[in-house]
Amino acid sequence: MTEALRQTAAEPSPAGAARPLTGNEAIARGVWEAGARVAAAYPGTPSTEILENVATYPASDIHAQWSTNEKTGMDVAIGASFAGVRAFTAMKHVGLNVAADALMSFSYIGVNGGLVIAICDDPGIHSSQNEQDSRIYARFAQVPVLEPSDGQEALDFTRQAFDLSEQFDTPVFVRSTTRLSHTRSAVVMGARETPAPRAFAENPRKNVMIPAHARMQHGVVLERERRLKDWLADNPLNRVEPGDTSVGIITSGIPYTYVKEVMPDASVLKLGVTWPLPDRLIRDFCAGVERVIVVEELEPLIEDALKAMGIPAEGKAFFPREGEFSPEVVHDALARAGLLVPRVNAAPFEFAPMVRPPVLCAGCPHAACFMALRALDARVAGDIGCYTLAVVEPLKSIDTCVSMGSSIANAVGMAKAGTETKPIVATIGDSTFLHSGIPPLIDAVYNGADITVFLLDNHITAMTGGQDHPGTGRTLRGDPAPRVDFVDLVKSLGVSWVQKVDSYDTATLQRTLREAMAHKGVSVVISDRPCVLDPVRIKGPAMEVEQDSCIACQACMNLGCPAITWSEGWHEGRHKVKIDPEACIGCSLCAQLCTSHSIRPIH
Amino acid sequence: MMGEKLNRTMNVLIVGVGGQGVIMVSKVLAQLCQADGHDVKQSEVHGMAKRGGGVFSHVRFGPKVWSPTIPEGEVDILVALEWAEGLRWLKHLKPDTGTFIADCQKIVPPFACRNRKRGAEPAYAPQTPEEIIEQVHAGYVMDATGMAANLGNARASNTVLLGALSTVLDFPEEAWVEIIAATVPAKSVEVNRAAFAEGRAWAMGGEKRIDVTASGLHKAHSEVHHPQVDTILEITEEWCKGCDICVKMCPERCLRLNDRLKAELALPDLCTGCQLCAWLCPDQAISVTNIPVTEPAE
Ligand SMILES: Cc1ncc(C[n+]2csc(CCOP(=O)(O)OP(=O)(O)O)c2C)c(N)n1
Ligand code: SF4
Ligand code: SF4
Ligand code: SF4
Ligand code: SF4
Repeated sequence: MTEALRQTAAEPSPAGAARPLTGNEAIARGVWEAGARVAAAYPGTPSTEILENVATYPASDIHAQWSTNEKTGMDVAIGASFAGVRAFTAMKHVGLNVAADALMSFSYIGVNGGLVIAICDDPGIHSSQNEQDSRIYARFAQVPVLEPSDGQEALDFTRQAFDLSEQFDTPVFVRSTTRLSHTRSAVVMGARETPAPRAFAENPRKNVMIPAHARMQHGVVLERERRLKDWLADNPLNRVEPGDTSVGIITSGIPYTYVKEVMPDASVLKLGVTWPLPDRLIRDFCAGVERVIVVEELEPLIEDALKAMGIPAEGKAFFPREGEFSPEVVHDALARAGLLVPRVNAAPFEFAPMVRPPVLCAGCPHAACFMALRALDARVAGDIGCYTLAVVEPLKSIDTCVSMGSSIANAVGMAKAGTETKPIVATIGDSTFLHSGIPPLIDAVYNGADITVFLLDNHITAMTGGQDHPGTGRTLRGDPAPRVDFVDLVKSLGVSWVQKVDSYDTATLQRTLREAMAHKGVSVVISDRPCVLDPVRIKGPAMEVEQDSCIACQACMNLGCPAITWSEGWHEGRHKVKIDPEACIGCSLCAQLCTSHSIRPIH
Repeated sequence: MMGEKLNRTMNVLIVGVGGQGVIMVSKVLAQLCQADGHDVKQSEVHGMAKRGGGVFSHVRFGPKVWSPTIPEGEVDILVALEWAEGLRWLKHLKPDTGTFIADCQKIVPPFACRNRKRGAEPAYAPQTPEEIIEQVHAGYVMDATGMAANLGNARASNTVLLGALSTVLDFPEEAWVEIIAATVPAKSVEVNRAAFAEGRAWAMGGEKRIDVTASGLHKAHSEVHHPQVDTILEITEEWCKGCDICVKMCPERCLRLNDRLKAELALPDLCTGCQLCAWLCPDQAISVTNIPVTEPAE
């Protein structure tokens, strides 16, 4: 978390005040106002700031923690609910895959203290590995899902979700998307309620899921669904906005705002809850309009349910099933449906924009690690984090990337397949290793896989903006915590060959990796240098390029450091290079690569 | 737009490169609009963006704002903290009434410097300010970074742009200054105040304006002539002991060790003739000669 955020943990804004809040900030406020006592999560874009903001409320009101992964976070929240307080967890869509095992059974159990789960989907894949639609999980696990469409609803729905959870004895989802999570709008705040904690409810039939109990509870869950449907038909969470009856639009969440933008006069059924659906309300609405169009991002969840009810709803015939919606997408689809005139784009600018892909930061400790892997021509099973950017030029050295924690076991499989001639290396970040890298490493040792694990320890969860984890020695609130020693940890799992190297020492990096690859069996190399952005921004004295001696060989450019670019000078038809002193942090990696010794610190 | 009573949604799109302060600019604007009693939505996407990629932030305000993002072709004002990023979003500008405000600063990413052929230019947007300004309704291409640097802090360039933006929107000057002062770090309030004033004064000078330093800056920046050469790379196998220093150090990665553990030029098309391998080989087993190709007489 950034220092600025940490320092705001003083006085919560008073009730009644209107503040510009992002969707994530509004959800966090809702959690606090609802009187939740425990919140646990693992970071993941676009959900990360929810817990960071929960942690800005007083520790005496709410315990907030980073957990090692989403399932752990979910289980901590479940434990708190068992113990009788309101509890909360948040995660990105793919985090729910990790936590799903606990969720599926806890849905049968139900809550003691209310339990709310914020799920942030990422339509358009701004920063994820897929764009799965979490509403399907709601139906799968038979838990209600609330879909706010702006900051105010994000706060209000989160509060209501806790009531709903306790009223219907179920965990409840609040589903956001990247757009809602990261849009700021005015939100009027409320006061915090402080529900009295309930005592632990000793009830093994409900709390202990053995087959005999689970069979009974499944019936309870189905009955809960029926009661919920009924209750939702008259609840203001779902509302009809009467308008032109030639078309009725059923929508929810952020797409609702696009509908209002491009078709302000249509009749709209705005669903605040997209599972379970209020059948009675839907039938009444559809009976009053000539044509029913469903506007939903990603999967046709509502549309399919309507069709199953025998309602001739239209939706994905016109709307894409992939990507993020926008006013343009919704307009174009409604035009295809014959309801709007197609847009004309009169803008005269038709040139192809320059490509500007994201890059590792200037001085990123990962850069030299992947240069070394490329030079050693390894087969690299990658993982998820900033270092995944090494998949493209100039570092171009990652061969696979599936999901968090996949790298090590993927490498085991490659090794066991017996087809690979190159040395097999798994690269994994420190946060990812603690999230889901330990069981696969034990697997590798247990099964005698001949692989090298390259643990990229930059002392932070960098990709998501710099969150602490058990390897940083600090908690979410910035308090000191025991710090995992990676060398000891790895040794205790049975790895006999382990070495730590400085990520800024290119020669030692290469030599150590070479030795590790030569070792038969599991070897672990740990690169060790802090991320230059978080928790503190690192800025050392900048380097400069001596223009006269630079031979424009481009060796330094192969690092991909964004501080290095071409200068106006030439050598034999190639551009010489220069360094932006504002951006350069002085890591010296480029200087180590320059054979003409042209790169030196500015004096 | 000045003085117009707002009965519709106003759309301002702010774009730049990660770390430049796009979010700061949009926050100042959003706060100003909210303080003035408008409904406001400000939307941006974090994530990969901060790592040197493009960043953009939508600010919409008016009596009631629905969509958090601005539909294509509906942008009233496009503020670009970097030239090529401005160009990327130009087609979102309202063709007949939109205003384009850009810093002429170029941030050339390493990705644009990948062509290693002789005489290659960076793959940076080739459009000049003159070409662009001619095609927009109103436009300012300023040297905001240069102006801020002259005031003592290049990072205040976004406040220079806010100054220019303030001339297109109908908020009192004091309100801008107050919110900027409350947003920037205490020690840089003065320089930001000056940056705002300077940007504002500069943009008062007409509906279309290009700073002298920006003018012509974006032309291909070299007319240097690069004679064609043939590179001849020879490896004396008997002297090569297979240490693979050249293989590891070749910037184009075009050498490899063959089955007999001797260096060979595996990808001759990629070789730039930089001679690094020849200099680094401890046994002088490699020689690189660049022979100018005699060009046919005109
Ligand atoms: C299941 C799941 N949870 C969370 C994320 C979001 N996420 C992507 S990378 C990452 C952590 C990266 O940290 P680390 O492994 O330390 O690498 P770094 O970014 O620091 O280089 C997270 C939390 C995800 N993609 N999948
Ligand atoms: S945030 Fe940290 S780990 Fe990520 S690219 Fe930047 S320096 Fe590297
Ligand atoms: S020393 Fe070189 S590699 Fe390191 S940040 Fe500066 S320019 Fe980039
Ligand atoms: S490595 Fe050295 S000689 Fe080669 S381009 Fe970079 S600065 Fe110039
Ligand atoms: S001259 Fe040698 S080092 Fe340079 S590109 Fe050619 S093979 Fe590589």
